Amino acid sequence: MSTLDINNIGEFLAHAHALEAEAASQYADLAEQMEVHNNTEVAELFHKLAEIEGKHIGKIDDKAGDTPIPHIPPWEYKWEGGQSPEAVVDMDAHYMMTPHHALRMSLKAEERAADFFQRIADNTTDEEVRSLSAEMAEEERDHIKWLNEWLKKYPEPENGWDEDMDPPMLQE
Amino acid sequence: MTAETALAPKHSPRDYKSDIKPVWCPGCGDYSVLGSITKAFSELNLDPENVAVISGIGCSSRIPAYTDCYGFHGVHGRSLPLAAGLKVARPDMTVLVASGDGDGFSIGGNHFMHACRRNVDLTYVVMDNRVYGMTKGQASPTTEPDWDNALTPGGSGISPFRPLVIALAAGANFIARGFSGDQNGTAKLLKEAIEHPGFSFVQILSPCVTFRPDQKTWKDDVHDAAVDPTDEIGRAARRLMTDDGFNTGVLYKGEREAFQPPIGEATATVADLEGKFAL
Ligand SMILES: Cc1ncc(C[n+]2csc(CCOP(=O)(O)OP(=O)(O)O)c2C)c(N)n1
Ligand code: SF4
Repeated sequence: MSTLDINNIGEFLAHAHALEAEAASQYADLAEQMEVHNNTEVAELFHKLAEIEGKHIGKIDDKAGDTPIPHIPPWEYKWEGGQSPEAVVDMDAHYMMTPHHALRMSLKAEERAADFFQRIADNTTDEEVRSLSAEMAEEERDHIKWLNEWLKKYPEPENGWDEDMDPPMLQE
Repeated sequence: MTAETALAPKHSPRDYKSDIKPVWCPGCGDYSVLGSITKAFSELNLDPENVAVISGIGCSSRIPAYTDCYGFHGVHGRSLPLAAGLKVARPDMTVLVASGDGDGFSIGGNHFMHACRRNVDLTYVVMDNRVYGMTKGQASPTTEPDWDNALTPGGSGISPFRPLVIALAAGANFIARGFSGDQNGTAKLLKEAIEHPGFSFVQILSPCVTFRPDQKTWKDDVHDAAVDPTDEIGRAARRLMTDDGFNTGVLYKGEREAFQPPIGEATATVADLEGKFAL
């Protein structure tokens, strides 16, 4: 894994804001997809996750206060592999997915986010970045705990959860 | 100050998304391509009223409904003539054409070649999933000959169409390949394609998770092109002829001047023209 060097508070806040904003928008999109496919239980769950991420954006903006945050084009963030660490892998989505699958997807994303913030905290030369990034890493770890608790309510479904006797048709 | 500073683009990617909820299968690569398109528009600071997204028919061709700018969801395979007509009449607009491998290379194959040849300043995005998704999984021109499924038992046995090679031979001025799993990298490619004058062709490998679940492994197959873009056509030809189909990046950047006929005075109003077609 490559090292991450973010040594400027503006750059750090831009990354933190983009990471949460992307996650919120992705969860909102996934919620919409589930609504379209009438998977209301998972839609609700994704809406809830979007709401939580939305609150994080507010928190980051509060922390930013008067600090100017530079605009960074999406492809110039220091994300490993080019995508935000908190982005879920949407190829894993399925119209019949269960809350278990959704929570697992989210858990992986939170783990990547915690690792991202921790690596910044470990590598930075800027004290303000270090303390804020360590705080964010801690918050992400809290989410991981909370998602794991939530997952206990939704054990892995048995094989065949994706069998559809009447698959949807899209024709024009 | 919040994250929206003075330096940020005028419109966020979300501003280019319509309120219509996509009906694609969850997991489809086209969601991510839509995200790349809106990110590219945002970074280019385009005003939605100066952008048109034109398409034919297919799952991938639904994009005009999901974008909030001008749009036209046209007839199967005919997006390119529509878009070329619009662009030559309104050269001030940014025109992006969205298509699939069936729409673009089967029924629209002839338009594809001539659009490359004409070199009108368009960006042609083909979401290639090597299958007809919308009509439930028939083989397309880019399908592997040994793709064995219920509709082509044992595979079609037909050698696949090579869109990038054809685009180069026919005269496209910009050729690139992206992958839907790399939304940000693809947004960058699209920005470059839109900025480059003339006909820009971007093939985006975009898995159809429903009829080609095997394409989920594409994330391990794609790799950055090992060489920088070239404007030298011979070198580009050698590169594309030996391409493994998974090189991503800008593969050719030509210098041909875009085709733009002079715009004369209008000789008729839209109402006059409509009158001629009245039954
Ligand atoms: C004139 C005409 N012929 C055939 C069809 C049926 N048809 C609809 S979409 C499609 C193929 C779409 O495949 P592709 O362009 O690869 O798009 P995808 O759905 O995979 O995104 C076909 C053959 C049609 N709508 N109109
Ligand atoms: S059928 Fe395939 S191409 Fe069409 S929406 Fe579903 S996954 Fe996407």
